[in-house]
Amino acid sequence: MQPVLRAILEPGFFSSSSVQVAAVIGAIVALASGGLGVFTVIRGQAFAGEALGDLGAAGGSSAYLIGIAPLWGFIGAAVAAAGVMELIGIQRERGRDLATGIVLGAGFGFAALFLYLGTTYHSTTGATITILFGSIFALSSSMIPLVLAFAVTALGIVVALYRPLLLSSVSPELAAARGIPVRLVGGLYLLAMALAVALSAVTIGAILSTALLVGPAATALRLTAKPGRAIITAGLLGLAAIWLGILLAYDSYYWPPQRHGWPVSFFVVTLILIAYLLAGRLPARGGNRGRQAPPPHTAGAGAAVPGGGG
Amino acid sequence: MFSGFMVNTWIVASIVAVVAGTVGFFTVLRGSAFVAHAIPNGSFAGAAGASLIGISTIIGLGVFSLGGALGIGLLSRRGRHDVATALTLVFMLGLGALFLSFSIEYAPEIYSLLFGEVLGISSNELAPTAALAIVCLAAIALLYRPLMLSSVIPDVGEARGISTFQMELCFLVVVALATTMTVPVVGTALIFSLMIGPPASARSFTDRPHVAIALSVAIALIVIWVAIAVSYNTNWPVGFFVGVSSAASYAVGRGWAFWRRRAARTLPSAGGG
Repeated sequence: MQPVLRAILEPGFFSSSSVQVAAVIGAIVALASGGLGVFTVIRGQAFAGEALGDLGAAGGSSAYLIGIAPLWGFIGAAVAAAGVMELIGIQRERGRDLATGIVLGAGFGFAALFLYLGTTYHSTTGATITILFGSIFALSSSMIPLVLAFAVTALGIVVALYRPLLLSSVSPELAAARGIPVRLVGGLYLLAMALAVALSAVTIGAILSTALLVGPAATALRLTAKPGRAIITAGLLGLAAIWLGILLAYDSYYWPPQRHGWPVSFFVVTLILIAYLLAGRLPARGGNRGRQAPPPHTAGAGAAVPGGGG
Repeated sequence: MFSGFMVNTWIVASIVAVVAGTVGFFTVLRGSAFVAHAIPNGSFAGAAGASLIGISTIIGLGVFSLGGALGIGLLSRRGRHDVATALTLVFMLGLGALFLSFSIEYAPEIYSLLFGEVLGISSNELAPTAALAIVCLAAIALLYRPLMLSSVIPDVGEARGISTFQMELCFLVVVALATTMTVPVVGTALIFSLMIGPPASARSFTDRPHVAIALSVAIALIVIWVAIAVSYNTNWPVGFFVGVSSAASYAVGRGWAFWRRRAARTLPSAGGG
Protein backbone atom coordinates (compact mmCIF):
# COMPACT_ATOMS: atom_id res chain seq x y z
CA MET A 1 0.00 0.00 0.00
CA GLN A 2 2.74 2.40 1.01
CA PRO A 3 4.59 2.42 -2.34
CA VAL A 4 1.34 2.92 -4.24
CA LEU A 5 0.47 5.88 -2.10
CA ARG A 6 3.97 7.19 -2.53
CA ALA A 7 3.65 6.96 -6.28
CA ILE A 8 0.42 8.92 -6.27
CA LEU A 9 1.45 11.49 -3.68
CA GLU A 10 5.10 12.29 -3.94
CA PRO A 11 6.53 13.08 -0.50
CA GLY A 12 6.37 16.73 0.37
CA PHE A 13 3.36 17.50 -1.78
CA PHE A 14 1.26 19.00 1.00
CA SER A 15 4.10 20.72 2.81
CA SER A 16 5.50 22.55 -0.21
CA SER A 17 4.52 26.19 0.07
CA SER A 18 4.53 26.82 -3.67
CA VAL A 19 2.09 23.93 -4.08
CA GLN A 20 -0.13 25.36 -1.36
CA VAL A 21 -0.23 28.80 -2.94
CA ALA A 22 -0.82 27.28 -6.37
CA ALA A 23 -3.65 25.17 -4.99
CA VAL A 24 -5.34 28.11 -3.28
CA ILE A 25 -5.06 30.54 -6.21
CA GLY A 26 -5.92 27.78 -8.66
CA ALA A 27 -9.02 26.95 -6.66
CA ILE A 28 -10.22 30.57 -6.52
CA VAL A 29 -9.64 31.05 -10.22
CA ALA A 30 -11.19 27.71 -11.20
CA LEU A 31 -14.34 28.32 -9.17
CA ALA A 32 -14.79 31.83 -10.58
CA SER A 33 -14.06 30.83 -14.19
CA GLY A 34 -16.16 27.68 -14.02
CA GLY A 35 -19.15 29.50 -12.59
CA LEU A 36 -18.94 32.41 -15.02
CA GLY A 37 -18.23 30.06 -17.88
CA VAL A 38 -21.73 28.60 -17.85
CA PHE A 39 -23.03 31.91 -19.16
CA THR A 40 -20.12 32.17 -21.60
CA VAL A 41 -21.15 28.85 -23.10
CA ILE A 42 -24.88 29.60 -23.11
CA ARG A 43 -24.24 32.97 -24.74
CA GLY A 44 -21.83 31.49 -27.28
CA GLN A 45 -19.00 33.79 -26.23
CA ALA A 46 -16.18 31.27 -25.98
CA PHE A 47 -14.24 33.21 -28.59
CA ALA A 48 -14.61 36.42 -26.61
CA GLY A 49 -13.36 34.59 -23.53
CA GLU A 50 -10.34 33.28 -25.38
CA ALA A 51 -9.66 36.69 -26.92
CA LEU A 52 -9.87 38.47 -23.56
CA GLY A 53 -7.30 36.08 -22.15
CA ASP A 54 -4.94 36.69 -25.05
CA LEU A 55 -5.48 40.42 -24.88
CA GLY A 56 -4.89 40.35 -21.16
CA ALA A 57 -1.59 38.71 -21.99
CA ALA A 58 -0.84 41.57 -24.35
CA GLY A 59 -1.53 43.93 -21.49
CA GLY A 60 0.67 41.83 -19.27
CA SER A 61 3.52 42.25 -21.70
CA SER A 62 3.10 46.02 -21.57
CA ALA A 63 3.14 45.94 -17.78
CA TYR A 64 6.71 44.65 -17.91
CA LEU A 65 7.53 47.71 -19.98
CA ILE A 66 6.09 50.47 -17.89
CA GLY A 67 6.95 48.78 -14.64
CA ILE A 68 3.57 48.12 -13.07
CA ALA A 69 2.53 44.77 -11.61
CA PRO A 70 1.48 42.34 -14.37
CA LEU A 71 -1.89 41.81 -12.68
CA TRP A 72 -2.91 45.40 -13.39
CA GLY A 73 -1.67 45.16 -16.96
CA PHE A 74 -3.71 42.00 -17.57
CA ILE A 75 -6.86 43.38 -15.99
CA GLY A 76 -6.56 46.82 -17.57
CA ALA A 77 -6.06 45.39 -21.04
CA ALA A 78 -8.86 42.84 -20.72
CA VAL A 79 -11.36 45.40 -19.46
CA ALA A 80 -10.37 47.89 -22.17
CA ALA A 81 -10.69 45.16 -24.82
CA ALA A 82 -14.12 44.20 -23.49
CA GLY A 83 -15.13 47.85 -23.84
CA VAL A 84 -13.97 48.05 -27.46
CA MET A 85 -15.68 44.75 -28.35
CA GLU A 86 -18.89 46.01 -26.83
CA LEU A 87 -18.59 49.29 -28.76
CA ILE A 88 -18.07 47.70 -32.17
CA GLY A 89 -20.87 45.27 -31.89
CA ILE A 90 -20.34 42.13 -29.83
CA GLN A 91 -23.95 42.31 -28.72
CA ARG A 92 -25.29 41.35 -32.13
CA GLU A 93 -25.31 37.68 -33.04
CA ARG A 94 -23.94 38.31 -36.54
CA GLY A 95 -21.16 40.75 -35.82
CA ARG A 96 -19.99 39.22 -32.55
CA ASP A 97 -17.41 36.93 -33.98
CA LEU A 98 -16.01 39.65 -36.20
CA ALA A 99 -15.90 42.28 -33.45
CA THR A 100 -13.94 39.87 -31.28
CA GLY A 101 -11.63 38.99 -34.14
CA ILE A 102 -10.80 42.57 -35.05
CA VAL A 103 -9.99 43.51 -31.47
CA LEU A 104 -7.96 40.34 -31.01
CA GLY A 105 -6.00 40.95 -34.21
CA ALA A 106 -5.10 44.48 -33.20
CA GLY A 107 -4.28 43.28 -29.69
CA PHE A 108 -1.91 40.66 -31.06
CA GLY A 109 -0.15 43.42 -32.93
CA PHE A 110 0.38 45.35 -29.74
CA ALA A 111 1.50 42.20 -27.93
CA ALA A 112 4.13 41.70 -30.64
CA LEU A 113 5.36 45.24 -30.15
CA PHE A 114 5.40 45.17 -26.36
CA LEU A 115 7.16 41.83 -26.18
CA TYR A 116 9.67 43.05 -28.73
CA LEU A 117 10.33 46.25 -26.79
CA GLY A 118 10.43 44.26 -23.57
CA THR A 119 13.06 41.87 -24.85
CA THR A 120 15.01 44.67 -26.52
CA TYR A 121 15.21 47.15 -23.68
CA HIS A 122 14.63 45.06 -20.60
CA SER A 123 16.18 41.75 -21.63
CA THR A 124 13.29 39.71 -20.25
CA THR A 125 13.72 36.88 -22.73
CA GLY A 126 11.48 34.47 -20.89
CA ALA A 127 8.59 36.91 -20.82
CA THR A 128 6.87 35.48 -23.90
CA ILE A 129 6.71 32.03 -22.38
CA THR A 130 5.76 33.15 -18.89
CA ILE A 131 2.94 35.29 -20.20
CA LEU A 132 1.53 32.66 -22.51
CA PHE A 133 1.89 29.61 -20.39
CA GLY A 134 1.87 31.06 -16.90
CA SER A 135 3.90 29.67 -14.06
CA ILE A 136 1.58 28.48 -11.38
CA PHE A 137 4.35 27.29 -9.08
CA ALA A 138 5.95 30.73 -9.07
CA LEU A 139 3.01 32.60 -7.51
CA SER A 140 3.48 34.46 -4.28
CA SER A 141 1.06 34.15 -1.40
CA SER A 142 0.76 37.94 -1.23
CA MET A 143 -1.34 37.75 -4.39
CA ILE A 144 -4.09 35.75 -2.73
CA PRO A 145 -6.14 38.65 -1.26
CA LEU A 146 -6.11 40.60 -4.53
CA VAL A 147 -7.00 37.53 -6.59
CA LEU A 148 -9.79 36.72 -4.18
CA ALA A 149 -11.13 40.28 -4.35
CA PHE A 150 -11.27 40.27 -8.15
CA ALA A 151 -12.82 36.80 -8.28
CA VAL A 152 -15.50 37.82 -5.80
CA THR A 153 -16.20 40.99 -7.82
CA ALA A 154 -16.57 39.00 -11.03
CA LEU A 155 -18.84 36.40 -9.43
CA GLY A 156 -20.72 39.16 -7.58
CA ILE A 157 -21.66 40.81 -10.89
CA VAL A 158 -23.06 37.52 -12.14
CA VAL A 159 -24.95 36.78 -8.93
CA ALA A 160 -26.43 40.27 -8.84
CA LEU A 161 -27.54 39.99 -12.46
CA TYR A 162 -28.49 36.33 -12.30
CA ARG A 163 -32.12 36.41 -13.46
CA PRO A 164 -31.92 39.13 -16.13
CA LEU A 165 -28.62 37.69 -17.36
CA LEU A 166 -30.04 34.21 -17.66
CA LEU A 167 -33.13 35.38 -19.49
CA SER A 168 -31.23 37.65 -21.87
CA SER A 169 -28.71 34.87 -22.55
CA VAL A 170 -31.35 32.29 -23.39
CA SER A 171 -33.76 34.57 -25.22
CA PRO A 172 -32.71 38.17 -25.87
CA GLU A 173 -36.04 39.00 -27.52
CA LEU A 174 -38.09 37.83 -24.56
CA ALA A 175 -35.79 39.68 -22.17
CA ALA A 176 -36.13 42.88 -24.19
CA ALA A 177 -39.90 42.47 -24.22
CA ARG A 178 -39.87 42.24 -20.42
CA GLY A 179 -38.00 45.53 -20.21
CA ILE A 180 -34.58 44.12 -19.35
CA PRO A 181 -31.76 46.35 -20.68
CA VAL A 182 -30.20 43.50 -22.66
CA ARG A 183 -27.23 45.44 -23.90
CA LEU A 184 -26.34 46.77 -20.48
CA VAL A 185 -26.61 43.32 -18.96
CA GLY A 186 -24.46 41.88 -21.75
CA GLY A 187 -21.88 44.62 -21.27
CA LEU A 188 -21.68 44.02 -17.54
CA TYR A 189 -21.31 40.30 -18.12
CA LEU A 190 -18.49 40.97 -20.57
CA LEU A 191 -16.83 43.06 -17.86
CA ALA A 192 -17.16 40.24 -15.33
CA MET A 193 -15.74 37.82 -17.86
CA ALA A 194 -12.83 40.17 -18.58
CA LEU A 195 -12.02 40.28 -14.86
CA ALA A 196 -12.22 36.51 -14.39
CA VAL A 197 -10.26 35.70 -17.52
CA ALA A 198 -7.54 38.28 -16.87
CA LEU A 199 -7.23 36.97 -13.36
CA SER A 200 -6.75 33.40 -14.46
CA ALA A 201 -4.50 34.42 -17.36
CA VAL A 202 -2.12 36.26 -15.07
CA THR A 203 -1.99 33.52 -12.47
CA ILE A 204 -2.12 30.28 -14.43
CA GLY A 205 -1.57 31.39 -18.05
CA ALA A 206 -3.68 32.33 -21.03
CA ILE A 207 -4.17 28.72 -22.17
CA LEU A 208 -5.63 27.63 -18.88
CA SER A 209 -7.85 30.66 -18.58
CA THR A 210 -9.76 29.62 -21.71
CA ALA A 211 -9.71 25.97 -20.74
CA LEU A 212 -11.17 26.67 -17.30
CA LEU A 213 -13.73 29.14 -18.63
CA VAL A 214 -15.13 26.95 -21.40
CA GLY A 215 -14.34 23.32 -20.59
CA PRO A 216 -15.92 22.72 -17.18
CA ALA A 217 -18.96 24.82 -18.09
CA ALA A 218 -19.56 22.96 -21.35
CA THR A 219 -19.13 19.65 -19.52
CA ALA A 220 -21.53 20.74 -16.78
CA LEU A 221 -24.13 21.81 -19.34
CA ARG A 222 -23.90 18.32 -20.82
CA LEU A 223 -24.55 16.83 -17.39
CA THR A 224 -27.42 19.02 -16.28
CA ALA A 225 -29.82 21.39 -17.94
CA LYS A 226 -30.45 23.48 -14.83
CA PRO A 227 -28.28 26.61 -14.91
CA GLY A 228 -27.86 26.88 -11.15
CA ARG A 229 -26.67 23.30 -10.88
CA ALA A 230 -24.51 23.72 -13.94
CA ILE A 231 -22.71 26.67 -12.33
CA ILE A 232 -21.90 24.69 -9.19
CA THR A 233 -20.92 21.60 -11.19
CA ALA A 234 -18.70 23.66 -13.47
CA GLY A 235 -16.95 25.31 -10.52
CA LEU A 236 -16.29 21.93 -8.93
CA LEU A 237 -15.14 20.37 -12.20
CA GLY A 238 -12.72 23.23 -12.73
CA LEU A 239 -11.47 22.86 -9.18
CA ALA A 240 -10.97 19.11 -9.61
CA ALA A 241 -9.15 19.63 -12.90
CA ILE A 242 -6.73 22.19 -11.54
CA TRP A 243 -5.99 20.32 -8.32
CA LEU A 244 -5.44 17.06 -10.14
CA GLY A 245 -3.33 18.92 -12.68
CA ILE A 246 -1.16 20.39 -9.93
CA LEU A 247 -0.81 16.96 -8.31
CA LEU A 248 0.17 15.30 -11.58
CA ALA A 249 2.59 18.09 -12.43
CA TYR A 250 4.18 17.72 -9.02
CA ASP A 251 4.49 13.96 -9.47
CA SER A 252 5.88 14.38 -12.96
CA TYR A 253 9.17 15.68 -11.62
CA TYR A 254 10.15 12.03 -11.45
CA TRP A 255 8.82 11.11 -14.90
CA PRO A 256 10.91 11.02 -18.06
CA PRO A 257 12.73 12.90 -19.47
CA GLN A 258 13.82 13.71 -15.92
CA ARG A 259 14.89 17.31 -16.27
CA HIS A 260 11.96 19.05 -14.68
CA GLY A 261 8.25 18.59 -14.28
CA TRP A 262 5.65 18.43 -17.01
CA PRO A 263 3.60 21.61 -17.30
CA VAL A 264 0.42 21.94 -15.24
CA SER A 265 -1.41 23.39 -18.23
CA PHE A 266 -0.93 20.20 -20.22
CA PHE A 267 -2.50 18.07 -17.48
CA VAL A 268 -5.36 20.45 -16.84
CA VAL A 269 -6.39 20.80 -20.50
CA THR A 270 -6.14 17.04 -20.98
CA LEU A 271 -8.32 16.35 -17.94
CA ILE A 272 -10.84 18.95 -19.07
CA LEU A 273 -11.02 17.56 -22.59
CA ILE A 274 -11.45 13.99 -21.30
CA ALA A 275 -14.21 15.09 -18.92
CA TYR A 276 -15.98 16.90 -21.77
CA LEU A 277 -15.78 13.87 -24.06
CA LEU A 278 -16.93 11.51 -21.30
CA ALA A 279 -19.87 13.77 -20.46
CA GLY A 280 -20.91 13.58 -24.10
CA ARG A 281 -21.03 9.81 -23.82
CA LEU A 282 -23.46 9.86 -20.91
CA PRO A 283 -26.97 9.00 -22.03
CA ALA A 284 -29.18 11.80 -20.75
CA ARG A 285 -29.06 15.27 -19.35
CA GLY A 286 -30.24 15.84 -15.81
CA GLY A 287 -31.86 13.09 -13.77
CA ASN A 288 -29.75 10.39 -12.23
CA ARG A 289 -26.32 11.83 -12.93
CA GLY A 290 -24.59 10.79 -9.74
CA ARG A 291 -24.90 7.09 -10.43
CA GLN A 292 -22.62 6.95 -13.42
CA ALA A 293 -19.65 4.74 -12.68
CA PRO A 294 -16.43 6.45 -13.63
CA PRO A 295 -14.47 4.48 -16.22
CA PRO A 296 -11.44 2.82 -14.66
CA HIS A 297 -7.81 3.82 -15.08
CA THR A 298 -8.37 7.03 -17.00
CA ALA A 299 -7.03 10.21 -15.53
CA GLY A 300 -10.20 11.95 -16.54
CA ALA A 301 -12.32 9.76 -14.31
CA GLY A 302 -11.15 11.74 -11.35
CA ALA A 303 -12.25 14.96 -12.98
CA ALA A 304 -15.62 13.52 -13.86
CA VAL A 305 -16.54 12.28 -10.41
CA PRO A 306 -17.07 15.60 -8.62
CA GLY A 307 -19.31 16.68 -11.47
CA GLY A 308 -21.42 13.59 -11.06
CA GLY A 309 -21.68 14.13 -7.34
CA GLY A 310 -22.21 17.90 -7.47
CA MET B 1 14.46 47.91 -48.91
CA PHE B 2 14.25 46.15 -52.27
CA SER B 3 17.74 44.71 -52.11
CA GLY B 4 18.59 41.03 -52.75
CA PHE B 5 17.55 39.40 -49.48
CA MET B 6 14.33 41.40 -49.36
CA VAL B 7 13.05 40.11 -52.70
CA ASN B 8 11.97 36.80 -51.15
CA THR B 9 10.18 38.67 -48.41
CA TRP B 10 8.16 40.74 -50.85
CA ILE B 11 7.21 37.70 -52.92
CA VAL B 12 6.24 35.50 -49.97
CA ALA B 13 4.35 38.28 -48.23
CA SER B 14 2.38 38.98 -51.41
CA ILE B 15 1.48 35.29 -51.80
CA VAL B 16 0.39 35.18 -48.17
CA ALA B 17 -1.76 38.27 -48.61
CA VAL B 18 -3.49 36.84 -51.69
CA VAL B 19 -4.33 33.58 -49.90
CA ALA B 20 -5.32 35.29 -46.66
CA GLY B 21 -7.53 37.77 -48.48
CA THR B 22 -9.32 34.99 -50.38
CA VAL B 23 -9.70 32.46 -47.58
CA GLY B 24 -10.49 35.32 -45.22
CA PHE B 25 -13.47 36.35 -47.29
CA PHE B 26 -15.12 33.02 -46.53
CA THR B 27 -13.97 33.17 -42.93
CA VAL B 28 -15.80 36.43 -42.43
CA LEU B 29 -18.79 35.29 -44.47
CA ARG B 30 -19.16 32.13 -42.38
CA GLY B 31 -18.48 33.90 -39.09
CA SER B 32 -15.51 31.60 -38.47
CA ALA B 33 -13.10 34.12 -36.99
CA PHE B 34 -12.57 31.87 -34.00
CA VAL B 35 -11.47 28.99 -36.23
CA ALA B 36 -9.10 31.28 -38.12
CA HIS B 37 -7.60 32.18 -34.76
CA ALA B 38 -7.57 28.68 -33.28
CA ILE B 39 -6.01 26.67 -36.11
CA PRO B 40 -2.90 28.82 -36.64
CA ASN B 41 -2.47 29.45 -32.94
CA GLY B 42 -2.83 25.81 -31.97
CA SER B 43 -0.67 24.53 -34.79
CA PHE B 44 2.26 26.29 -33.22
CA ALA B 45 2.37 23.30 -30.88
CA GLY B 46 3.18 21.25 -33.97
CA ALA B 47 6.18 23.43 -34.66
CA ALA B 48 7.36 22.94 -31.10
CA GLY B 49 6.89 19.19 -31.39
CA ALA B 50 8.68 19.07 -34.73
CA SER B 51 11.71 20.85 -33.34
CA LEU B 52 11.69 18.45 -30.39
CA ILE B 53 11.95 15.32 -32.50
CA GLY B 54 14.05 17.05 -35.13
CA ILE B 55 11.84 17.10 -38.20
CA SER B 56 10.92 20.00 -40.44
CA THR B 57 8.74 22.68 -38.85
CA ILE B 58 6.38 22.69 -41.77
CA ILE B 59 5.52 19.00 -41.24
CA GLY B 60 4.73 19.63 -37.59
CA LEU B 61 2.59 22.61 -38.50
CA GLY B 62 0.81 20.67 -41.22
CA VAL B 63 0.00 17.71 -38.98
CA PHE B 64 -1.23 19.88 -36.13
CA SER B 65 -3.25 22.28 -38.23
CA LEU B 66 -4.96 19.43 -40.07
CA GLY B 67 -5.48 17.60 -36.78
CA GLY B 68 -6.92 20.77 -35.27
CA ALA B 69 -9.22 21.28 -38.24
CA LEU B 70 -10.54 17.73 -38.02
CA GLY B 71 -10.81 17.98 -34.23
CA ILE B 72 -12.91 21.12 -34.48
CA GLY B 73 -15.05 19.62 -37.23
CA LEU B 74 -15.73 16.36 -35.41
CA LEU B 75 -16.17 17.80 -31.92
CA SER B 76 -18.64 20.37 -33.16
CA ARG B 77 -20.86 17.68 -34.65
CA ARG B 78 -22.01 16.95 -31.14
CA GLY B 79 -21.90 20.20 -29.27
CA ARG B 80 -21.47 23.90 -29.67
CA HIS B 81 -19.10 25.04 -32.35
CA ASP B 82 -17.32 27.65 -30.30
CA VAL B 83 -16.87 25.28 -27.38
CA ALA B 84 -15.41 22.65 -29.71
CA THR B 85 -13.04 25.22 -31.19
CA ALA B 86 -11.95 26.49 -27.78
CA LEU B 87 -11.32 23.00 -26.41
CA THR B 88 -9.38 21.91 -29.48
CA LEU B 89 -7.30 25.07 -29.26
CA VAL B 90 -6.47 24.74 -25.57
CA PHE B 91 -5.65 21.07 -25.97
CA MET B 92 -3.24 21.80 -28.79
CA LEU B 93 -1.68 24.62 -26.78
CA GLY B 94 -1.39 22.30 -23.78
CA LEU B 95 0.53 19.85 -25.94
CA GLY B 96 2.64 22.79 -27.09
CA ALA B 97 3.43 23.67 -23.48
CA LEU B 98 4.45 20.06 -22.91
CA PHE B 99 6.73 19.98 -25.95
CA LEU B 100 8.28 23.29 -24.95
CA SER B 101 8.99 22.03 -21.46
CA PHE B 102 10.96 19.16 -22.99
CA SER B 103 13.09 21.35 -25.18
CA ILE B 104 15.48 23.83 -23.68
CA GLU B 105 16.18 27.00 -25.57
CA TYR B 106 13.27 28.03 -27.64
CA ALA B 107 12.16 31.52 -26.63
CA PRO B 108 13.24 33.47 -29.75
CA GLU B 109 11.77 30.82 -32.04
CA ILE B 110 8.45 30.97 -30.20
CA TYR B 111 8.41 34.69 -30.65
CA SER B 112 9.00 34.45 -34.38
CA LEU B 113 6.41 31.67 -34.73
CA LEU B 114 3.85 33.84 -33.01
CA PHE B 115 4.67 37.13 -34.61
CA GLY B 116 6.52 36.20 -37.77
CA GLU B 117 9.91 36.87 -39.23
CA VAL B 118 9.04 38.36 -42.56
CA LEU B 119 12.42 40.01 -42.76
CA GLY B 120 14.45 36.84 -42.93
CA ILE B 121 12.90 34.51 -45.49
CA SER B 122 15.26 32.20 -47.33
CA SER B 123 14.73 31.29 -50.95
CA ASN B 124 14.13 27.61 -50.18
CA GLU B 125 10.94 28.61 -48.37
CA LEU B 126 9.58 30.06 -51.59
CA ALA B 127 8.65 26.82 -53.32
CA PRO B 128 6.61 25.20 -50.51
CA THR B 129 4.81 28.47 -49.84
CA ALA B 130 3.90 28.92 -53.50
CA ALA B 131 2.81 25.28 -53.83
CA LEU B 132 0.55 25.40 -50.78
CA ALA B 133 -0.85 28.72 -51.93
CA ILE B 134 -1.79 27.22 -55.28
CA VAL B 135 -3.44 24.25 -53.56
CA CYS B 136 -5.41 26.61 -51.31
CA LEU B 137 -6.58 28.84 -54.12
CA ALA B 138 -7.44 25.84 -56.30
CA ALA B 139 -9.48 24.33 -53.47
CA ILE B 140 -11.38 27.59 -53.03
CA ALA B 141 -11.97 27.87 -56.78
CA LEU B 142 -13.20 24.28 -56.95
CA LEU B 143 -15.48 24.64 -53.93
CA TYR B 144 -16.53 28.17 -54.79
CA ARG B 145 -20.24 27.70 -55.53
CA PRO B 146 -21.17 25.05 -52.95
CA LEU B 147 -19.07 26.78 -50.29
CA MET B 148 -20.70 30.12 -51.01
CA LEU B 149 -24.20 28.65 -50.92
CA SER B 150 -23.52 26.64 -47.80
CA SER B 151 -22.02 29.68 -46.06
CA VAL B 152 -24.80 32.11 -46.88
CA ILE B 153 -27.91 29.94 -46.78
CA PRO B 154 -27.02 26.53 -45.35
CA ASP B 155 -30.64 25.32 -45.52
CA VAL B 156 -30.86 25.84 -49.26
CA GLY B 157 -27.46 24.20 -49.61
CA GLU B 158 -28.68 21.14 -47.72
CA ALA B 159 -31.79 21.02 -49.89
CA ARG B 160 -29.58 20.95 -52.97
CA GLY B 161 -27.56 18.08 -51.57
CA ILE B 162 -24.61 20.07 -50.23
CA SER B 163 -23.77 18.70 -46.81
CA THR B 164 -23.12 21.56 -44.39
CA PHE B 165 -20.85 19.29 -42.37
CA GLN B 166 -18.75 18.32 -45.38
CA MET B 167 -18.46 21.94 -46.47
CA GLU B 168 -17.42 22.89 -42.96
CA LEU B 169 -14.74 20.20 -42.98
CA CYS B 170 -13.51 21.29 -46.41
CA PHE B 171 -13.34 24.87 -45.26
CA LEU B 172 -11.47 23.91 -42.09
CA VAL B 173 -8.95 21.95 -44.16
CA VAL B 174 -8.40 24.95 -46.43
CA VAL B 175 -7.77 27.13 -43.38
CA ALA B 176 -5.35 24.47 -42.12
CA LEU B 177 -3.48 24.49 -45.44
CA ALA B 178 -3.30 28.26 -45.45
CA THR B 179 -1.99 28.09 -41.88
CA THR B 180 0.72 25.58 -42.69
CA MET B 181 1.94 27.73 -45.49
CA THR B 182 1.88 31.05 -43.71
CA VAL B 183 2.75 30.39 -40.10
CA PRO B 184 6.47 29.71 -40.54
CA VAL B 185 6.72 32.86 -42.59
CA VAL B 186 4.50 35.43 -41.01
CA GLY B 187 3.41 34.09 -37.63
CA THR B 188 0.08 33.13 -36.15
CA ALA B 189 -0.90 36.63 -35.09
CA LEU B 190 -0.24 38.10 -38.48
CA ILE B 191 -2.13 35.53 -40.51
CA PHE B 192 -5.15 35.86 -38.25
CA SER B 193 -5.26 39.65 -38.59
CA LEU B 194 -4.92 39.37 -42.37
CA MET B 195 -7.75 36.86 -42.57
CA ILE B 196 -10.18 39.05 -40.63
CA GLY B 197 -9.48 42.76 -41.11
CA PRO B 198 -9.19 43.15 -44.91
CA PRO B 199 -12.15 40.89 -45.84
CA ALA B 200 -14.38 42.51 -43.23
CA SER B 201 -13.38 45.89 -44.58
CA ALA B 202 -14.00 44.80 -48.18
CA ARG B 203 -17.48 43.60 -47.30
CA SER B 204 -18.48 47.05 -46.12
CA PHE B 205 -17.62 48.48 -49.54
CA THR B 206 -19.49 46.01 -51.71
CA ASP B 207 -22.10 43.25 -51.57
CA ARG B 208 -20.92 41.49 -54.69
CA PRO B 209 -18.80 38.47 -53.75
CA HIS B 210 -16.32 38.63 -56.65
CA VAL B 211 -15.65 42.30 -56.11
CA ALA B 212 -15.39 41.75 -52.37
CA ILE B 213 -12.81 38.97 -52.78
CA ALA B 214 -10.74 41.10 -55.17
CA LEU B 215 -10.98 44.07 -52.85
CA SER B 216 -10.12 41.93 -49.85
CA VAL B 217 -6.97 40.67 -51.59
CA ALA B 218 -6.06 44.22 -52.58
CA ILE B 219 -6.47 45.52 -49.03
CA ALA B 220 -4.50 42.59 -47.62
CA LEU B 221 -1.70 43.34 -50.08
CA ILE B 222 -1.64 47.00 -49.13
CA VAL B 223 -1.67 46.15 -45.43
CA ILE B 224 1.23 43.73 -45.65
CA TRP B 225 3.29 45.91 -48.00
CA VAL B 226 2.89 48.93 -45.76
CA ALA B 227 3.71 46.80 -42.71
CA ILE B 228 6.89 45.42 -44.26
CA ALA B 229 8.03 48.84 -45.47
CA VAL B 230 7.46 50.49 -42.11
CA SER B 231 8.88 47.56 -40.18
CA TYR B 232 11.99 47.61 -42.36
CA ASN B 233 12.53 51.28 -41.62
CA THR B 234 11.71 51.28 -37.92
CA ASN B 235 12.94 47.82 -36.94
CA TRP B 236 9.73 47.27 -34.98
CA PRO B 237 8.04 43.87 -35.38
CA VAL B 238 6.05 43.43 -38.56
CA GLY B 239 3.20 41.78 -36.62
CA PHE B 240 2.49 45.04 -34.87
CA PHE B 241 2.01 46.94 -38.11
CA VAL B 242 -0.06 44.19 -39.70
CA GLY B 243 -2.33 43.91 -36.65
CA VAL B 244 -2.87 47.62 -36.36
CA SER B 245 -3.31 48.36 -40.06
CA SER B 246 -5.73 45.42 -40.48
CA ALA B 247 -7.86 46.86 -37.72
CA ALA B 248 -7.50 50.30 -39.30
CA SER B 249 -8.69 48.97 -42.65
CA TYR B 250 -11.75 47.57 -40.91
CA ALA B 251 -12.37 50.92 -39.24
CA VAL B 252 -12.17 52.64 -42.64
CA GLY B 253 -14.70 50.16 -44.03
CA ARG B 254 -17.05 50.73 -41.15
CA GLY B 255 -16.64 54.49 -41.52
CA TRP B 256 -17.44 54.25 -45.24
CA ALA B 257 -20.57 52.18 -44.58
CA PHE B 258 -21.70 54.62 -41.93
CA TRP B 259 -21.09 57.62 -44.19
CA ARG B 260 -22.97 55.97 -47.06
CA ARG B 261 -25.96 55.19 -44.86
CA ARG B 262 -26.07 58.80 -43.75
CA ALA B 263 -25.77 60.05 -47.31
CA ALA B 264 -28.56 57.69 -48.34
CA ARG B 265 -30.76 59.03 -45.58
CA THR B 266 -30.26 62.70 -46.37
CA LEU B 267 -30.71 62.19 -50.12
CA PRO B 268 -33.44 59.55 -50.39
CA SER B 269 -33.63 59.85 -54.18
CA ALA B 270 -29.95 59.02 -54.58
CA GLY B 271 -29.88 56.21 -52.03
CA GLY B 272 -29.97 53.07 -54.11
CA GLY B 273 -28.21 50.84 -51.64
